[in-house]
Amino acid sequence: MELTGLFFYVVSLLIMGGIYALLCLALNVQWGMGGLFNAGIAGFYGVGAYTSAILSTAASGRHLGGFSMPVPIGLVGAALVAGITGWAVARICVRLKSDYLAMASIGIAEILRLVFVNESWLTNGSLGVSRIPRPLSDFTTGRMSDVVFLGFVWVIVLLVYVATSRLYDSPWGRSLRAIRDNEASALAAGKNVEKYRIQTFVIGCAVMGVAGGLSAHYFRFLSPTATDPLLTTFLVWVMLMAGGSGNNRGAILGALTIWTLWSVTEIFTNRLPPEWATRSSFIRMLLVGLLLQFVLQRFRSGLLPEKSPPVRFRKD
Amino acid sequence: MSEFINFYLFPALTIGSIYALGAVGISMIFGILRFAHFAHGDLMTLGTYGILAAAALMPVNPLLLVPFGMALTVFAALFVDRYFYRPLRDLPTIYTVISSFGIALVFRSLIQLVWGSENQVLVAGVRPPLILFDTFRVSVLHLQAIVTTAVIAVLLHFFLTATRTGRSMRAVADDPELAEVSGLDTAKVVRWTWIIGAALAAVAGAFAALNTSAHPNLGWNLLLPMFAAAILGGIGKPMGAMAGGFIIGMAEELSSYHWIGDEALISPSYKTAVAFVIMISLLIFRPQGLFKGRLL
Repeated sequence: MELTGLFFYVVSLLIMGGIYALLCLALNVQWGMGGLFNAGIAGFYGVGAYTSAILSTAASGRHLGGFSMPVPIGLVGAALVAGITGWAVARICVRLKSDYLAMASIGIAEILRLVFVNESWLTNGSLGVSRIPRPLSDFTTGRMSDVVFLGFVWVIVLLVYVATSRLYDSPWGRSLRAIRDNEASALAAGKNVEKYRIQTFVIGCAVMGVAGGLSAHYFRFLSPTATDPLLTTFLVWVMLMAGGSGNNRGAILGALTIWTLWSVTEIFTNRLPPEWATRSSFIRMLLVGLLLQFVLQRFRSGLLPEKSPPVRFRKD
Repeated sequence: MSEFINFYLFPALTIGSIYALGAVGISMIFGILRFAHFAHGDLMTLGTYGILAAAALMPVNPLLLVPFGMALTVFAALFVDRYFYRPLRDLPTIYTVISSFGIALVFRSLIQLVWGSENQVLVAGVRPPLILFDTFRVSVLHLQAIVTTAVIAVLLHFFLTATRTGRSMRAVADDPELAEVSGLDTAKVVRWTWIIGAALAAVAGAFAALNTSAHPNLGWNLLLPMFAAAILGGIGKPMGAMAGGFIIGMAEELSSYHWIGDEALISPSYKTAVAFVIMISLLIFRPQGLFKGRLL
């Protein structure tokens, strides 16, 4: 019993770790490769979560829906809608410089959150969308479906990892890093800076949308609290900084490390006396905030620092 | 007409004063230290809770206890600047922005840890409104907030134009290199920026909590409208930030007045979105603000 309990604990840890790994990979495309400060992760995550939830649930009088589509189509929809939202945002905001882009993206994430809360014909307001299906649910029952879902999540993480690593090594990724490191010289070399930035932003947002969709299918329930900026935007930033921005493996490692720290400390803080246990989440938040300061001051390149790919010349 | 003034204009001016007081600090920090201080809202909340803690010991009008809140915010601001922001000052400013995100979280979790996360009120009970000329009913709090902000605006104007420190602050905000080679003491300017910004944040926090109630997300929820106000007034222009605060507060509150027909122009649940939309359009179309602030 102890062992099966532990097994399922690790399964749930790895599922959430995988979802965070996707968010980190997405942020790594935007910030690590493109140097775009997106502080509105929660917004795009929410757009993806609601899209996938609405596309895949059965008919319900409380919110838009009744499409009963299979989960993979829901996730593709999540990527598309989040990507289109990202495109619209990028069109207007991508020329802004770092601090301003941060403010604008937080503002957009908050507007999206107001939409999720207030447009109850679409999202059932703060009561949320329930009975969201899981993928391959016909073949599994009970707790085994967690294990199947774990595989599903990590297959997607692997696909996104391979794709982003290819992007990183490609000429596209090289131009992107050139823009990040020196915009003026990239412009002088004839790169269309704005186009590259929009593409980066859209790719990142689409992946964030998929991560949101996966979280909706995992919890089977979705309400506007899922778009809380603390647990998505902020934690993902800490994960990427700690893991190593610019390095895809670092992004995954950072997500797993911070998420493990976050969850395992919960086990210890739950054993504290009751009046402290209720405040334990604040202690963890405090520690994460201080950890970020430590990483920024002493440890800026992260666990796995960025390593540019070697330049290979074609042999004649 | 009197309905408009009683239920829309005075509340709007009150919200505007809160934004104005917070935006002054954001604008000065942005202008002098060159970064968007994302922890400013939570600095405000810290001031509120400092006042709340003092009120638990001394049962007097909470407005008299504002100095305790100020002491707490000024200490906190100088502390985080020394230990968390200054080590990052030579790096690209984006690192300081990320750091201030973390500090916002540190402030908020400290508040929740010490004072819990329930709503708390500074003054219990309902106070009857003042009735002016038989038609205008104004709450005492709204009047206090508006008058205090006006007094602070006058004092701030005097400080920035007539004192040496104030003039060096404006010089650094306008052109840091020139100010540096002219031999101005930048460290002192930075210190005064934090002191004034944090003290005004405590005043804003007090009025925000009196207007509704004190809770740990109080300041964070006001942060984006304050950024909007600071940008509208022009970065590095404290008086502009004051004006910006009033404009954003009015725009937000008055957007739900039934200007056309009987329906509210914009549903009150989307009231806060008004400030965000103004902020985003400003960033795109007129990032220097109304009063020609600096562009980073």
